[in-house]
Order: sequence, then structure tokens, then C-alpha cells
Amino acid sequence: MDKFSVLTAIAAPLNIDNIDTDKIIPARFLKTIKRTGLGKSAFADMRYNADGSEKPDFVLNQAPYRQAEILVAGDNFGCGSSREHAPWALKDFGLRCVIAPSFADIFFNNCFKNGILPIALPEEICARLREDAAMGSNAKLTVDLARQVVVRPNGEEIAFSVDPFRKHCLLNGLDDIGLTLEHATAIDAYEANIPSWQPKIQGA
Amino acid sequence: MPRTLFDKIWDAHVVDRMEDGTCVLYIDRHLVHEVTSPQAFEGLRMAGRKLRRVENTIAVVDHNVPTSPDRLTEVNEPESALQIATLEQNVKEFGVTYFPMSDLRQGIVHVVGPEQGISLPGMTIVCGDSHTSTHGALGALAFGIGTSEVEHVLATQTLLQKPARNMLIRVDGALPQGCTGKDIMLAIIGKIGTAGGTGYVMEFAGEAIRALDMAGRLTMCNMSIEAGARAGLIAPDETTFDYIKGRPFAPQGADFDKAVAYWKTLPSDEGAQYDKIVELRAEEIIPQVTWGTSPETVIPVTGLVPNPADETDEAKRTQMQRMLSYMGLEAGQKIEGTKVDVVFIGSCTNSRIEDLRAAAAVAKGRHVAPGVRVLVVPGSGLVKQQAEAEGLAQIFTDAGFEWREAGCSMCLGMNPDKLTPGQRCASTSNRNFEGRQGPGGRTHLLSPAMAAAAAVTGKITDVRELI
Repeated sequence: MDKFSVLTAIAAPLNIDNIDTDKIIPARFLKTIKRTGLGKSAFADMRYNADGSEKPDFVLNQAPYRQAEILVAGDNFGCGSSREHAPWALKDFGLRCVIAPSFADIFFNNCFKNGILPIALPEEICARLREDAAMGSNAKLTVDLARQVVVRPNGEEIAFSVDPFRKHCLLNGLDDIGLTLEHATAIDAYEANIPSWQPKIQGA
Repeated sequence: MPRTLFDKIWDAHVVDRMEDGTCVLYIDRHLVHEVTSPQAFEGLRMAGRKLRRVENTIAVVDHNVPTSPDRLTEVNEPESALQIATLEQNVKEFGVTYFPMSDLRQGIVHVVGPEQGISLPGMTIVCGDSHTSTHGALGALAFGIGTSEVEHVLATQTLLQKPARNMLIRVDGALPQGCTGKDIMLAIIGKIGTAGGTGYVMEFAGEAIRALDMAGRLTMCNMSIEAGARAGLIAPDETTFDYIKGRPFAPQGADFDKAVAYWKTLPSDEGAQYDKIVELRAEEIIPQVTWGTSPETVIPVTGLVPNPADETDEAKRTQMQRMLSYMGLEAGQKIEGTKVDVVFIGSCTNSRIEDLRAAAAVAKGRHVAPGVRVLVVPGSGLVKQQAEAEGLAQIFTDAGFEWREAGCSMCLGMNPDKLTPGQRCASTSNRNFEGRQGPGGRTHLLSPAMAAAAAVTGKITDVRELI
């Protein structure tokens, strides 16, 4: 997994609540057996007309925001489906950090597995960050994971919280399957105690 | 200390606990389907890892299988066919039990698990699908995961998790005629919102929940994710045990008795603490229907579409206006009487035999309204067989409804069953998001009986007038 330490980048404002994972990546694009290549389909129905041309009023189609690496979104971002294609699409587009008042659980979790940092901050702070973001390339935000702060263009620092284990994994780009396998003895011991009445799925 | 049902299942599955409270949580059942697993198996293969517990794993195809009667011989969309072929190759390579399209047991993963007795009380159950919350109706801790976590479970049979908070939703009183578990759940989502359950496991209790059959309970837990909850839960009781007894993968004979003895210890203890409690009265519920593009935008069928002008928050007002424009509805109009083009009866929310019986009771002796297309898609091959044996299929075909093969179908636009832009659909599925049933499609969520009422009248109709 890619490491995440300090990111200074253009932020795109997207002030819509309940951006669901069908909006981030519609189901028709899930028919892939790869993790890559979904960036062109990110936000497809918000971003393109039926004929495939771009909708000029959608923020990620506008000049500075094509290079955005941070998204400042609305409440309950990533609700709906568990599809990890949503963070894959964001990452493939170039986004590494999403800031919103709240996130849906599964999406939030999936971000960390893909080197994307989701940051929950109160709505009034998100509103200020969206104002910064509206200034485009004149006002980059800095996200410093080690210090757990977002730095506004005026230098103001906004603290955010992050789960210590997830922070550790993200800072070091760690694959958590490897970490879990360090508990193999405990897993063996647990399995030895599964009651005998619990059926095994076998045969077809 | 008194514990909740969630606390008990959680505690029983903690393998190891780290300093910051992150737990290695054991997973009893891993359900796998074709859409969210290819990259996980690929990851396993690339890292040279084994599938740790094949006996905890089951696979089925559902999301992008066609549901047409000739689907075993027709040519599927190439990308869908590739995903199905990839799953078939993976289950073969890793030795996973698998129900292919030609197997009578094939169906929607969240219908198949309970139906086969694979999903049992007290278990931890995961699947790369958000509607895994469905299985909580059996008193299991069941939740959706992403593909990286699918790989994690394949490799380790565990997940790294922190415990959720406990929410209790108590629904007392008797549900009026014409109302179902779907109506209770839509009313709950309308009350607490789509983020109302974020961070919580939501336990449903009270007289109205106890009175529901397993199908109604499965519908409610299925949609707990639409309220943002990590999982939904209902304490196992005699209804649960009767449902499980004799199912193919359930414990049999003396093992079943041992299992029941354990399952009876699971319900929340007297005095167990919840972080949040929500209460509803069942007798106040009216058949529900959504008007917008989020499951929380729900009103009683007797109600009016809300007016954005009444919303004081500007961002919310703009969003409401956008929803009305997308849905082709006017502020303040009656929702009843809105004409529909398509009716979809199916999905992991409402495709069980009880759902089909409820729809058939309304369809019987009636006929589909002119110009309306109705799809009835059973949740599994076994549900289809039973519906045919009970004469329900005949009622549907006599009424001019399409009787189809098992799969996810028009719930999510990943297979040939899709809405075309602007089409309006009365749907028993779980999400009314923009484009969910096909780009530009307009979805109204409602119960199977309400869907059947819309089918025969051609418009959104209060089913209580037809029963």
C-alpha cells in the first residue's frame, strides 16, 4: 500500500450530502477483475453527459480541480454499497484525501486499505475548507498525518483525530494481512475451541 | 455486567486484542460473490497465501447473472461472463463450495445463506456486499466489507475491528393490515436518517418485531445499512429456531439441540446498556413509499411530496430541488396516483417466498395495467420452485407479470435488467439512489404488496384499498 505522510495539494469543493458509492462509481463499472483504471469513471453520472461529453459545471471537470488530490465533501460521504471500487476510482483519479463532516463506515474503512486518508471534521470547519478550496490553485491545503493537522492557506492549523493503528499502517504503507498473521497462534487456539456442533461448509 | 446481544457475539469472537483496542475478530462465515472477490483472490495468489478455512466459505453468483428463462444458453455480456468465469476458476483453485447458475440452490447471496442454514445465530458473517446486514435477522453479527477485507478474511479468517456502539430500536404495538417489515424499516430510516445509525449496531426489539416472520426480519436487517448502521440484529427466538431446523447446512439432531441451548443464551441481558434508544409505535405505521433519491426521503402513501421552500438549510433545499427534478415530481403533490412504467418485485430485501405470497395476494384475479412492465424475480432457485408449487407463479403469469430466474436483477443495474432514462419504477429493492436501477431511472421503494398494487393500477396506490 502507498504511504501517506504530508500532502500539499489542490482541494476540490463538493458540497453535496449523502454522496453514495453508486455516485462515486456506478454499478455498471464494477464488472472489472482489476483494481486499476477506474479513475476515468469516477463520479461518471455527475461528470459526463449521456453522449460521453463532460458536464462543465461539475467541479472535477474544471481547470484547477482536474489536478485535485483532496476532496472537501458533504455529510455522510460514501454511503451505500461496500464496493471498494469507490476508493479505487478516487485514487485512480488522483485523490488521496477526503474531508467531510461524516463518512459511512464501510467506505471509511475501505479508504485506509488503499492509502486514502478520510478526515471527519465538523460541518462549520468543512464549510471554511470548502471556501479555501473554491480559490483553486491559489489556495492549496496541506494535510499532515503525523502531526494530525490540516493547514489552511492562511496558516491556520486544524487538528483532526485518526485511529492510532490505522495511522501507523498509513504512515508506513503496511499491509494488514501480514500484521494479522503475526497473531496466527492465537487464531489457531481460537479455532481449536470452536464447538463441535458448529457445521462445516463442505461438499456441494 | 449485563451485556447486549451484540456484546455477547463480539466477546465470543475476539481472538486477540491490541493496545489501542483494535481486535482480531474471528469470522465464522464468509460469503463470496463474483463482483467483489476477483481482486481478493488475485491478491492471495500474488502473495502466495492460502485460503485459511475453506469450510467457513461459500460462493454463489448473483449480481450480474441474467434472469431470463433461457439464461443458461444465452450469451451474457462479455464483462459479466468474465467475472462469473473468474469466480468459477477461483472456487475451483481454492476448493470453495459453490452454487453455479445451473444449481437450484443458486440465488442472491443474502437469500441463500439463511435458506441453506449456512447463516446461524451467534455467528460472525461477512461478505463483500453491504447488504450482508440481512443475516443479522438470525441473531448473527453480519456486515459488509470491501475487497481488501475479503482478501484479509480469505487469508486469516479474521478481521481487524473495533467494537461498534449499541443502538436499540424498539417497535411495540401491532402492525396494521397492509403493512410489513419493509414499512417499519422505511419509517425508521425516515425518522433517524441515512446516517442515523453510523457507528452503531442496531438491535430491533419489541412486540412488532417478535411478531414478524423471518422474511420480515430479514428485510429489516437488510435495510439497516440504509440507516448507516454497521449491522442490524434481532435476538433469536422460537421463530428463528423453527426456521433453521432441518435446513441442509444447519446442525442436525443432537447437535441442533446443543446449538439451540447456546443460542438461547444470546439475547440481551436484562438491564443491558444501549448508547442510543429509538422507539416507534407499530400501529401508527402507514404503508411507506420513497419520493427522492435517498432512502430517508420517505413518506406514507397518503402523504404529500415535501416542499423545498419549507427547508431552512440552503444546501438541503438545493438537494431537495435536485431530487424533485431528477424524480420528475412536483413539490406538494400527492405521492399516491403517480404513474409508474416498471414494477420490480425482488432483491435481497424482498424476494423470499413470504414476499412473493404477499405480492400474489394482491395480484390474484387482477391484471397488469396497460403499458406497465412487471418483473418478479425470486431470490433463489428454491424460492422459485416453491412459488411454482404453491401456484404463485401461475397467479403472476396470469396477471401478465414476468416470472424470472433468481438473481439480483433490477436492484442495481449490473445485469440486463435495467431501467431506461426517465423510467419510473415501483421497486421492492433497497436503494433509490440516482441511476441505481439504470442511468436516469427513477426509483420508488416500497413493500411487495405495495409493488403489486402499483402493478395492477399502473400508479402508486395504497394497497389497503385492494385488500
